Amino acid sequence: MIRIFSMLVGAFFSLALLWSAGKGTVAYISEPPAKTVEAEFHQHPKALSLSSDGAFGKFDRQQLQRGFQVYSEVCATCHAIKQVSYGDLRELGYNEAEVKAIAAKAQVPEYNPATGEVKQHPGALKDHFPPVVYGGAGSPPDLSLIAKARHGGAAYIYSLLTGYADQAGYKNEKGEELLKKFPDAKTPDGLFFNPYFANLNIAMPQPLVSDGQVSYKDGTKASVDQMAQDVSAFLVWTAEPKLEKRHQTGWPVLGFLIFATVLAYMAYRTVWAEKKGH
Amino acid sequence: MSFPWANEYKPSHPAMVWLDEKLPLPRFVYNAIGAGYPVPRNLNYMYNFGVLAGFCLVIQIVTGVVLAMHYAANTGVAFNSTEHIMRDVNWGWMLRYGHANGASAFFVVVYFHIFRGFFYGSYKAPREMIWLLGVAIFLLMMATAFMGYVLPWGQMSYWGAKVITGLFGAIPLVGEPIQTWLLGGFAPDQAALNRFFSLHFLLPFVILGVVILHIWALHIPGSTNPTGVEVKQESDTVPFHPYYTAKDGFGLGVFLIFYCAMLFFAPNALGHPDNYIPANPMQTPAHIVPEWYFWPFYAILRAFTQNFLFFPAKLMGVLAMFSSILVWFLLPWLDKSPVRSGHFRPTFRKFFWLLVIDVAVLGYCGGSPAEEPYVIISQIAALYYFAHFFIILPLVSMTEKPLPLPFSITEAVLGADEAAALAPSAAPAE
Repeated sequence: MIRIFSMLVGAFFSLALLWSAGKGTVAYISEPPAKTVEAEFHQHPKALSLSSDGAFGKFDRQQLQRGFQVYSEVCATCHAIKQVSYGDLRELGYNEAEVKAIAAKAQVPEYNPATGEVKQHPGALKDHFPPVVYGGAGSPPDLSLIAKARHGGAAYIYSLLTGYADQAGYKNEKGEELLKKFPDAKTPDGLFFNPYFANLNIAMPQPLVSDGQVSYKDGTKASVDQMAQDVSAFLVWTAEPKLEKRHQTGWPVLGFLIFATVLAYMAYRTVWAEKKGH
Repeated sequence: MSFPWANEYKPSHPAMVWLDEKLPLPRFVYNAIGAGYPVPRNLNYMYNFGVLAGFCLVIQIVTGVVLAMHYAANTGVAFNSTEHIMRDVNWGWMLRYGHANGASAFFVVVYFHIFRGFFYGSYKAPREMIWLLGVAIFLLMMATAFMGYVLPWGQMSYWGAKVITGLFGAIPLVGEPIQTWLLGGFAPDQAALNRFFSLHFLLPFVILGVVILHIWALHIPGSTNPTGVEVKQESDTVPFHPYYTAKDGFGLGVFLIFYCAMLFFAPNALGHPDNYIPANPMQTPAHIVPEWYFWPFYAILRAFTQNFLFFPAKLMGVLAMFSSILVWFLLPWLDKSPVRSGHFRPTFRKFFWLLVIDVAVLGYCGGSPAEEPYVIISQIAALYYFAHFFIILPLVSMTEKPLPLPFSITEAVLGADEAAALAPSAAPAE
């Protein structure tokens, strides 16, 4: 009885699926979905290799400091990193005095519940980076977690920063010209063409425009590519300051576990030695 | 319960004798997972996953209780309190990654455990109750995992909560009031987050309770084994301790190596980047996907794209998704083949492996965007899924001719000659 009932239920769902699949197939054949400009011209991130990559990855502190410099002088105009505190900057290799000097330059708003006033005070080590007031087009996201909040992570950030292109005459790797194939896909005024951005048109103007835009304190030549790599590395750190510690903890843990597992295997063989069939 | 030849607990230390008289807790443990529980001697590595699942539950409860000390279930601060755990709490990153990857590990282990049950017919009489409790545990796990994923209050948390509670909205007439009642509002917000946190804390202990019932029910008939032949004599079994504690110890080590490799070196590999974006009710993510362990069921939900008879497509999807798991409750009565193990069921075995592939395909489609060709593939795969459980399994169990079974577990392990020497009736009468 229960089996007859179950077969009826199964037949019901199966027929409904056949009906869905059939109608879907007919629709797909009679009206194939139009190719979208995003599907044809969106680019996957370029390869980027950072010292923090991989299971042995460690931060390159010189690079993080350069990246922080790029962030402070370029990105910070519009983007905040509110999860990071000034005290955290010590992990980049700055000493206490340097970090205090960086913090003191910032104005951190503080709400006084007694008076209802918001007062600015110079930053201290415990303060987080303050919100950035922005009045332009688009909505610049907070960058603290951006390296973990985008597919492709640091490589995506690097590709986006170096990927701005002139839409006129832009071709994909198949050699198709975007505006010839999709004449309606012209980038609207106020947006900027970037094939690494999901819908190809981003509200952020190209932030890193020329070599030497930032004068690195360590003397590294500040090419656009170098600045993009450095700030990507910095944003990996802001997204996960504990990354290095995680890698460093992982290896001894794994080493111990392999050792313990070998012992457990030997114990298992010994216990079962006189029994067959395991 | 248990077999007559089971070892008896004999406390030697006076303190243990005293305790055994007042509260026989050590005796209880001894009989449950100690030398007092005789287990078939031929269990393979597929039988490690029950213990591993229990271990995962412990990982989740221990990490979860500590995380709850630092987390705040308030929509204004939930996201930042999660980052506070990652950055400022001592070893907080390890607890949180351990908990998130622990959920994935739990599901990996439980899927192995469930499919082990499918293959070896573990659901068949006299073990129906073990199976029913197991399916109940799985449903509770799904609810717990879903509510836990909402807690960081990221984009996927928010939109996942919206989609999943929206499923109840598909119920005719009463659907929308039910959805509003579940959420405590018209969309996920403070009320929903707070109650999800409360339930996410409660349900693991409910699971623990059902796990105890699951093990209790297991100890009445004893474990199945790869031959599916019931235990007949003492030589068919070995005491759980030290034989299977040793084997499970090794299995636990292998499991922990994989788990810790994920935790320390790829902790975000199974997560979705969008959940590192704070929840924003005004911005829908491009693709809303649940965590990987829900993908096969999510694919079934989305496979129903057309209204069918009097049923709207959305309702069909919801009914199908719930039926796809609830049908497991009926398995003991759908599959009436007297032979348990897939090793001796040639036709069943082929369909079993087809099901494994089918669920993998469904999972892949469930994680992909809802566009062609994934939709049509998921429709075909869902069709097989329903055919398998509702139609093929009952038919095969009625028509299949099973292979000959070994006489006993001992014979299967040692061969007929040695087994004959060990059999009680063959003992020389000296």
